[in-house]
Amino acid sequence: MAQDDHSGTELAAADSSHAVQEFAGSTGTAVIPHDAFENPGFEPHRPRVTDEDPRREKRAQRTVYTLFYLSILGSVWAIAAYMLFPIESNDVGAVRLNNMFIGLGATLALLGIGFGAVHWGKTLMTSAESIDIRHPISGSEATQQGAVEVFRQADEESGFSRRTVIRNSLIGALLAFPLPAVVLFRGFAPQDQIPVELLSHTMWAKGTRLALDPSGVPIRAADVTIGSAFHVIPEGLIDLEHGKLEEKAKAAVLLMRLDPSELNETPDRASWSYDGIVAYSKICTHVGCPVALYEQHTHHLLCPCHQSQFDVANHCEVIFGPAKRPLPQLPIAVDDEGYLIAQSDFTEPVGPSFWERH
Amino acid sequence: MTRTKRRAGRRHPLATVALLALGLVFTGGAYAALSTGTVAQAEIDPNSQQTIEEGKKLFQANCATCHGLEAQGTANGPSLIGVGAASVDFQVGTGRMPMQMQGPQAQQKPVQFTDDQVKQLAYYVASLGPGPDIPADHLVNGGGDAANGAELFRINCAMCHNVAGAGGALTEGKFAPPLTDVSGVHIYEAMVTGPQNMPVFNDLNITPEDKRDVITYLKYLQDNRSPGGFELGSLGPVAEGLFIWIFGLGAIVAITVWITAKSN
Repeated sequence: MAQDDHSGTELAAADSSHAVQEFAGSTGTAVIPHDAFENPGFEPHRPRVTDEDPRREKRAQRTVYTLFYLSILGSVWAIAAYMLFPIESNDVGAVRLNNMFIGLGATLALLGIGFGAVHWGKTLMTSAESIDIRHPISGSEATQQGAVEVFRQADEESGFSRRTVIRNSLIGALLAFPLPAVVLFRGFAPQDQIPVELLSHTMWAKGTRLALDPSGVPIRAADVTIGSAFHVIPEGLIDLEHGKLEEKAKAAVLLMRLDPSELNETPDRASWSYDGIVAYSKICTHVGCPVALYEQHTHHLLCPCHQSQFDVANHCEVIFGPAKRPLPQLPIAVDDEGYLIAQSDFTEPVGPSFWERH
Repeated sequence: MTRTKRRAGRRHPLATVALLALGLVFTGGAYAALSTGTVAQAEIDPNSQQTIEEGKKLFQANCATCHGLEAQGTANGPSLIGVGAASVDFQVGTGRMPMQMQGPQAQQKPVQFTDDQVKQLAYYVASLGPGPDIPADHLVNGGGDAANGAELFRINCAMCHNVAGAGGALTEGKFAPPLTDVSGVHIYEAMVTGPQNMPVFNDLNITPEDKRDVITYLKYLQDNRSPGGFELGSLGPVAEGLFIWIFGLGAIVAITVWITAKSN
């Protein structure tokens, strides 16, 4: 029987039910209750069919080495498949075949080893039950004393406790050391700009035309028929040299036209729409997913991420889900050429809450 | 001798079956010949009085209960004046109308009319007021730019219909149907007319050429299914997560039980 590296005495035989009581070493931190439930010992050892029947044993042996040979076969097949099914053309079908056959080979190789080893252990290795008693992890008294002595001596020789100025300055240096890393995190935010300002303003400004995503063609009010939904970006966005995606992420707008009689507008916002055409930020006020699942008859906008629902007919108020605020409305008007323009930027920050807005 | 043989032949247990099969073949053949004949001769003229009259009869027999005798609409169904031929061709041609029952949205079911009858109905409704027409063939045959169509699909359609066109859920029992087996004509008509709760994408929003590109992309998806393994309905992380939770974890639990079980 196998032994661990402490001593054979800790490995008790299956039938010695008094093993726990006989163990007399230090108990370490273990809690030893005195009214402990008496160890009933093991159930009587039950031999397996492979212990009793040599033919079964032979068969188990065959199974195990067959599994190992299958594993070898799988490995060889994986190499062969790599050569037989190369990814040479642009054909996705070739990628599929290549991945599938290499994967099957590798699976067979690994599962063959795993199942073979477990089957070997279960049917052929010895099945005698045994106890390996846990030993305390604390060192001996002398070792502990020695360690304390080493520390004391080191302290005395280095003067760590005695030379307080040196010690405290070292502690100060260690505390200051990570500070640059913390401050450098600021570099993740755009430089020379205040993040709160960036989050509070978008590309929309007075007179900016509403344009189609992705072509950037400006939209006339007459183009927007009732029941339509237009995905809108500010005109000029696609001409931006850099920061295009950042600006689009904030300025994306969904433009819808409702029957004006179905639109319930508050008096202070009645001038923000044009003949039933309304524009709302597409960025969900929950965590910023694009809200664009518009139902033209119920006027509901659904956010696909967490099922927040906004009622377009009522200034996009939240009617379901975790969103906390209505979607910000973009005030729109029509210029003298008939194009839709923004009256101003959004009057509130778009998108989810941040530290200064909640 | 021959007489008895014939009698025996007529009384053979398979004689009835043979007779039945013969009869069916003849009926089927005659029916096929007749029906191909009607299809061949019928190129429905959208403007002829006869088409509109036929459509009106069909309409009054099948649709007027909800939409009114003159398609003016009732409490149970909207007015169809000005919805155009495209709308009727989509709703009736995909089997959504006549509607099975009132509910969150009209369900698809087997088409109730022949192609000719659908066209007659469509041109009758088109004669009531101007509206979108059934698109021309070159716009719906999938001969456009699939890459441009894919970009437009991702911007305008994918949020409801899923980026692979597998469809998705909306609010309160409504849903965006899968686009995996919809014909080009019906996709085009749906964009122009905005059936059910789908928004309208008129020709100034997505131009006819862009619509052709979107259809090209969807046709490409229909012809080139997922290149990698099981699609699981292309429904995304929820379907895939559920699959791996049930079958992946199930397999791990089964192997663990096997490893720890005592051998016989």
